[in-house]
Amino acid sequence: MTITIKFFALGRELVGANALTLDLSDGTTIEGALAHVRAQHPTFAQLPSFLVALNTEYAEQSTMLKNGDELAIIPPVSGG
Amino acid sequence: MIAVQLSEIPLDTSAIIASVQDERSGAIDVFIGTVRNQTKGKTVHRLEYEAYEPMALKELRSICEEAQQRWNAHAIAAHHRLGTIETGGIAVVVAVSTPHRADAFAACQFVIDTLKERVPIWKKEVFDDGEVWVTPHA
Repeated sequence: MTITIKFFALGRELVGANALTLDLSDGTTIEGALAHVRAQHPTFAQLPSFLVALNTEYAEQSTMLKNGDELAIIPPVSGG
Repeated sequence: MIAVQLSEIPLDTSAIIASVQDERSGAIDVFIGTVRNQTKGKTVHRLEYEAYEPMALKELRSICEEAQQRWNAHAIAAHHRLGTIETGGIAVVVAVSTPHRADAFAACQFVIDTLKERVPIWKKEVFDDGEVWVTPHA
């Protein structure tokens, strides 16, 4: 299956990309996808804390992904 | 009426206030967030904002809907700037109309406080000698 991961703010700068496309085996969780990101982009591990959003909703890292999902890495927000 | 917007161009505060005027309301409360020229004693030149736009709009609308229900608001508008804002510029405007003033104050504060907690928008402070992504403070 193919999923997209979007990055913002410090996460985007550490990975050096707005988005990555990952080919993953069926049954991969968000946590598993993040492990792939860390393997490809070791600097991502420097992001001190973040939440994840799946298809624009905050999600748990144990959630299983499906083909076409859009994952987003949400560093601590600072709007306003 | 609920209106939420992310804008690359300067916010028109008067137009946002006018958009929540309602003959049934006795109060409009407005919060305007502006760009401060210093943080912890360091001179700030400008802020650079970015957002996860579809999610930010969705979260902002859901916050406004909750505020509308809890405080019986007639109208709520929440507009946030994106891109570069120089010091003194306006980053966010929240306007709420309600029958009575206490609810307008409470609803407006709820919207801006909750926006800062969970809407995926980020800002970077640009100083003389560098730049830093702002992390939330207590």
